[in-house]
Amino acid sequence: MKGRIPLLFMLCALCVLCALVFAACGGATTEAEEGTSPAGSGAEFPVTIDTDLGRVEIPQRPERLVSLSPTATEMLYAVGAGDQVVAVDDQSNYPADAPTTELSEFEPNVEAIASYDPDLVVISGGTPELKRALGRIDIPMLQQPAATTIDDTYAQIEQLGAVTGNVAEAEAVVADMQERIDELVSGIGDEARGLTYYHELDDTYFTATSETFIGQVYSFLGLENIADEAKGSGTGYPQLSAEYIVEADPDLVFLADTKCCGQSAETVASRPGWDQIAAVREGGVVQLDDDIASRWGPRVVDFLEVVADAVEKLLSARG
Amino acid sequence: MREPEGAVLRPTTLRAGWLIAGVAACVAAAVIGVTVGPVSISGGGVGRELLDRLPLLAIESGLSERDATILWDLRLPRVVLGAMVGAMLALAGAAYQGVFRNPLADPYLLGVAAGAGLGATLAIAYLPNISEWPIDPLPLAAFVGALAGVFATYTLGRAGERSRTASTLILAGVAMASFLTAMQTFVQQREDDTLRKVFAWILGQLTTASWREVLLILPYVIVSSVTILLHRRLLDIMSVGDEEADSLGIDARRVRLLIVIAASLGTAAAVSVSGLIAFVGIIVPHTVRLLLGSSYRIVLPLSVLFGGAFLILADLAARTAIAPAEIPIGVITAFLGAPFFLLVLRRSRTIS
Repeated sequence: MKGRIPLLFMLCALCVLCALVFAACGGATTEAEEGTSPAGSGAEFPVTIDTDLGRVEIPQRPERLVSLSPTATEMLYAVGAGDQVVAVDDQSNYPADAPTTELSEFEPNVEAIASYDPDLVVISGGTPELKRALGRIDIPMLQQPAATTIDDTYAQIEQLGAVTGNVAEAEAVVADMQERIDELVSGIGDEARGLTYYHELDDTYFTATSETFIGQVYSFLGLENIADEAKGSGTGYPQLSAEYIVEADPDLVFLADTKCCGQSAETVASRPGWDQIAAVREGGVVQLDDDIASRWGPRVVDFLEVVADAVEKLLSARG
Repeated sequence: MREPEGAVLRPTTLRAGWLIAGVAACVAAAVIGVTVGPVSISGGGVGRELLDRLPLLAIESGLSERDATILWDLRLPRVVLGAMVGAMLALAGAAYQGVFRNPLADPYLLGVAAGAGLGATLAIAYLPNISEWPIDPLPLAAFVGALAGVFATYTLGRAGERSRTASTLILAGVAMASFLTAMQTFVQQREDDTLRKVFAWILGQLTTASWREVLLILPYVIVSSVTILLHRRLLDIMSVGDEEADSLGIDARRVRLLIVIAASLGTAAAVSVSGLIAFVGIIVPHTVRLLLGSSYRIVLPLSVLFGGAFLILADLAARTAIAPAEIPIGVITAFLGAPFFLLVLRRSRTIS
């Protein structure tokens, strides 16, 4: 009985960690390789994809896609495969016309998935059981784990372009993203170097270091992450002490917990001791959309734009 | 069912020396807790800053405004809240052990904590805008859940009356806790928007401690502890047997009910600000019992003091071990608690 309690806590801790990891980032990289398909818009099937997680064969252009990953849903619509999608999971809320269902990646119900008669299922996390079960009923499955770098994002978009027969569109999406990111980065230049920020995942001060996907996006602009002091804690998603955040005195505070936890510039300002923080005093608290800030899809550029705007606003306010 | 060995040989009254030792432990833990943290503030500065706030004293602490804020608004309330929660959980644990005449009774093994968790989850999931209520309904919801949990466990345990042993009640508690936790999981999955909030709550959140939480639970903690402490002599009498209590004109059932309600109220209040922190309610009273004697006149007051000291130090480890990152405090108490418990058990065996 004594063993039960610590185990429960470990499990809870693990669950939260996993939830955070799934929500934001982490996982293996995927190399997209177009097997038998030549490059170009008129991709020919069958397509064979080799991923770190095994080979996926798609005999013909999928017309009944099921996505259990909100990020994959966004990517599929971005590459123009939206009309090939028949069902997306309960977390896929963008774009608005995606056919949201009760399906869930975290509690996958294989029968419910099969009832949509899919010719390809795209997941990000997923369980080995799900993989085996889909394999038994002969439904091809493509796994796209959480990206750890922006290159993973590009590779996954191109991979989805390849498996859905939208190769040229996918390439255009990637090129457009790269171009917009370059513009934003060069627009800020070196001015943001040395500015510090704190990216808040929830109102108990869980955050992300610059080793994570989201942290790397901030690094494009040269921002410094106050959570990097906690890199040694072994996870990219440490929980910081309140007093450390106040002492670190970040110039910018980004709230990725406006939806989950109802946080805003006002609630942050009313936290004890936070009125000492530069970001709170100088209006550097930025409210993000939790969903955009926790996915690694095409809208990561929109996220970067919000960050760049905040940096510019702060710099011009400081003169 | 209770360990009889100490009761006969050891004193039944609280010696002043132990009380002083308990207070000293609590004060020492608090001093360390306030001085040490992820942000280094000089010990002298902390001391001068604290003295400066005393009436009639004006001392220049030499602390920056930011360090003073960290000390007053972040670190001190956390230490105070930790002490209150630790004291409450230890006292409630000792009280349950007395009421149920069961050395294994503990808020976690009786379904109290699981009931409180379910109550709070229901409140988070279904009550509208709880942050805007004039009185935070979370502790009350947790309290109702806690009471339901402990009474369900007790009723279930009584069903096996004829074969009632220490383990019957605990088995009933484990079954009830599993049931309540399953209900909680079900609610969480139905309302997955609240999932993270509930998880954060379960894991223990001294991280966001402020004076608001201290004031929130203060009335509950006072009412609960005073009620339990006032019954310390009755608990001793009842530990001999209900017949003896009856012959002295004590309504054992009424006293028992009152103490269970008081302990559940205190546990629920503590749990509602700190989350579920295991082991405190079993480790602290047992340590006192094994080292100093099992009279409730000794165990109850000293559990308050050492429980407070224990949790201050556990929280200190939680916030400094991998600073500036935090470890959930429940992990720390379990990590420290289990080996410590074994040590005490071994020691008590070699003595007797």
